[in-house]
Amino acid sequence: MPLLEFSEKGIYCSQADCFIDPWRPVKKALITHAHSDHARSGHTQYIATKDSVPVLKHRLGSFINILGLNYGEKILINGVSVSFHPAGHIIGSAQIRLEYKGEIWVVSGDYKLEHDGISIPFETVKCHTFITESTFGLPSFRWQQQKTVFDEINNWWNKNKEEGKVSIIAAYSLGKAQRIIQNIDPSIGNIYTHGAIENTHEVLRRQGYNIKQGLKVENHTKQDDFQGSMILAPPSAIGSAWTKKFGQYEEAIVSGWMAVRGIRRRRNTERGFVLSDHADWDGLNMAIKNTGAEKVYVTHGYSEIFARWLTEQGYDAGVVKTEFTGDEETDLQQENQVPV
Amino acid sequence: MKRFTSLLLAIDQTTSTSTKTELIAQYLQEESLEKNKLWTIALFTGKKPQRTVNTTLLRKWCAAEANIPLWLFEHTYHIIGDLAETISLILPEYNITSTSKSMSEWIEEMMALKNADEEEKQIFIINAWKSMDRPSIWVFNKLVTGGFRVGVAKNILIKALSMFTGQDPTKIAYHLTGNWTPLKTTWSELFNFQDITSDHSKPFPFYLAHALPNENIPDIDPQIWVAEWKWDGIRGQLIKRKGEVYLWSRGEELITDKFPEFQRLTSMHDDFVLDGEIVAWKMEKPMDFQKLQTRIGRKNPGKKIMSDIPVKFIAYDLLEVNGVDIRLKSFEERRLLLEKIYESCIGEVLKLSPLIHFESIETLKEVRNESKNYQAEGLMLKRKTGIYHSGRKTGDMWKWKVDPFTIDAVLIYAQRGHGRRANLFSDFTFALWDGDRLLPFAKAYSGLSDNEMKEITTFVRNNTIETFGPVSSVNPKLVFELAFEGISNSTRHKSGIAVRFPRISRWRKDKNPEDADTLKHIKELLSDSE
Ligand SMILES: [Zn+2]
Ligand SMILES: [Zn+2]
Repeated sequence: MPLLEFSEKGIYCSQADCFIDPWRPVKKALITHAHSDHARSGHTQYIATKDSVPVLKHRLGSFINILGLNYGEKILINGVSVSFHPAGHIIGSAQIRLEYKGEIWVVSGDYKLEHDGISIPFETVKCHTFITESTFGLPSFRWQQQKTVFDEINNWWNKNKEEGKVSIIAAYSLGKAQRIIQNIDPSIGNIYTHGAIENTHEVLRRQGYNIKQGLKVENHTKQDDFQGSMILAPPSAIGSAWTKKFGQYEEAIVSGWMAVRGIRRRRNTERGFVLSDHADWDGLNMAIKNTGAEKVYVTHGYSEIFARWLTEQGYDAGVVKTEFTGDEETDLQQENQVPV
Repeated sequence: MKRFTSLLLAIDQTTSTSTKTELIAQYLQEESLEKNKLWTIALFTGKKPQRTVNTTLLRKWCAAEANIPLWLFEHTYHIIGDLAETISLILPEYNITSTSKSMSEWIEEMMALKNADEEEKQIFIINAWKSMDRPSIWVFNKLVTGGFRVGVAKNILIKALSMFTGQDPTKIAYHLTGNWTPLKTTWSELFNFQDITSDHSKPFPFYLAHALPNENIPDIDPQIWVAEWKWDGIRGQLIKRKGEVYLWSRGEELITDKFPEFQRLTSMHDDFVLDGEIVAWKMEKPMDFQKLQTRIGRKNPGKKIMSDIPVKFIAYDLLEVNGVDIRLKSFEERRLLLEKIYESCIGEVLKLSPLIHFESIETLKEVRNESKNYQAEGLMLKRKTGIYHSGRKTGDMWKWKVDPFTIDAVLIYAQRGHGRRANLFSDFTFALWDGDRLLPFAKAYSGLSDNEMKEITTFVRNNTIETFGPVSSVNPKLVFELAFEGISNSTRHKSGIAVRFPRISRWRKDKNPEDADTLKHIKELLSDSE
């Protein structure tokens, strides 16, 4: 019997009787990271990295039963050695390594190879079987270095400022928002953050992350005060009445999907910056190669295509069927399916 | 190439009409090569270079360059939805050493490859890819595949050219019409403001009317206005100059070959340019619009179809007579001259659109109710003193339809049907122009025949950009007339309006997407209906 199986509740380890990122309530859940498609409510016990515990509690409720582990710290569950290793995706994100009788499996969760300056960089974990995400598992997705993208964002902000406009960026509160606020040039102007983002940042600050403070958008803030500033807001706030108070503004979306012009246009946004917390094509291929795994399972994205590609590269590759509802970045693509 | 690419990217990144205008004007100012400017104008007005390299080869070469199997290229293309873009994203990072040629050089060298062998073409294409950055590769591929479409409405280009040349937009619009090509036409020939007769096939820009708003109805004074039927055909411009006859559609497409009956006019004594309606006409009355559709589909029609579905040109305005542009004369004066031309006409292919005089707007309303009996959509109101404007202008002409709630919209999404129609696309989403982007505004179920649906299904298959489950987004190429029961404001819809019971009333094969209606137009209907 293989160490991990794919059940209708999620990835399952029968020896340890626990699930990884399950989508139905289970007794014991190992959680790669706090994004909602990986960390769902209703499990009896959660095990995650120490770094993701505060956000998990913030999102799922302070009452959850959760065990936090340091990166690399090993625990034994019925003879299975379980440890969490940096995935570089967002703060607290991890790949989960399971070892039993010399056989090693790694579940990648979401990951990226580039160091974003906030989350602990991705670490290669040698294994026999690697379960990888494939959100951007097509050869058309290749990212530029984040410095180049932030230069573009800063230029855009500067230009809007010169024209007396406000810049609004749609960013998810966990992941993108931190990456952006930490990396844009604060000398250009004021940075305001939406309440939903600031709440998450407050949680991260309390656990010791030095996330820059954004100004609060108050009801009584005058329109003129916003001029030339940058506003970070969750995508749901964009285009709502909330943005009316800023006067003239330009908005942009920051996402790997913005590499595709058709998606950019369908989202009706003028500016799209191509920046992702997921690995690009080269990143996925490199990560897989470095694990030394012979067997690779693909999930979370263009699984069939990517698995076929890996098979042709000599791997023993297969597809994990997930009840895929899309992660935060995928949501962005699938939103507005009904065109009107 | 870079300058042109930057222009396109900058245009892509703004929705503001005035910014786009300025960007184009600035580009024209900075671009020193006349050829580049001409090609830019040509491309922006929908003139595409001839294709010389087929897309199968492009896919093969790109996959080989990227060192990926062809099937992976194809899957990726299927997901990205745009071949030019897919190639530009997949190609490896090249070390760009050579400097890229200018846009017009690339186009013309590409066109010169018409009879070249595969190897020669491959060398050309790969050299091009290796000398450009990714955005330029995308633009280059668009030129090669003939898929070039840019988000610039014609009037934006005209305004920019007007800023650049200092000439009146009306003049510019006129000079842009007709059959010119950057391969042969020089800048000074195209914009020869002294001699307008150098190309005698050239049409004038059409004068287009807005719908008559309710609040304007009381102002329709019979002393000042006359009415005509709003004929249900295809708007056209019939030109007879120097012994030759040309027929243009409203989309500025030369359709002379489709209607050979008008060649009879070549022997007329006078030269003229007529504005009017092409209508299928038999037994002294107009035939159904559907009949005309079958004529539009055919070039060089045979005897049978010409006798089954004869067409006539119902003339309602005269723009030029014996080389003199009379568009600035009043409608009354133009009408008198038109009647003269009509009297001298031969061959029975022309009709004169009768004027409807009326005593009061109330009696005219009754006349309007008769429209259906005349195969008309309603009435046109024309100010007796009005000049012939260029493009859509308010004030001297109104359309006053019986069923005001029809609109020409562009098909942008198609969804598969259910049951019997599961393999046909039967639910459609339509868009209107908002500035120069197409904004979805209504979903309509098919009111079309099974044959038309099959034709649309084939179109959708060949023009799909992306698929989301059963929904496909398609290249915006087809125009349909939608009818609906009413309009209201809506915050739920991106377009800001909601229409009641939208249905497809017919396929407007005679219209290009550029001819579809605007969001502004439908909002005017909204204010009319309130
Ligand atoms: Zn994630
Ligand atoms: Zn995910």
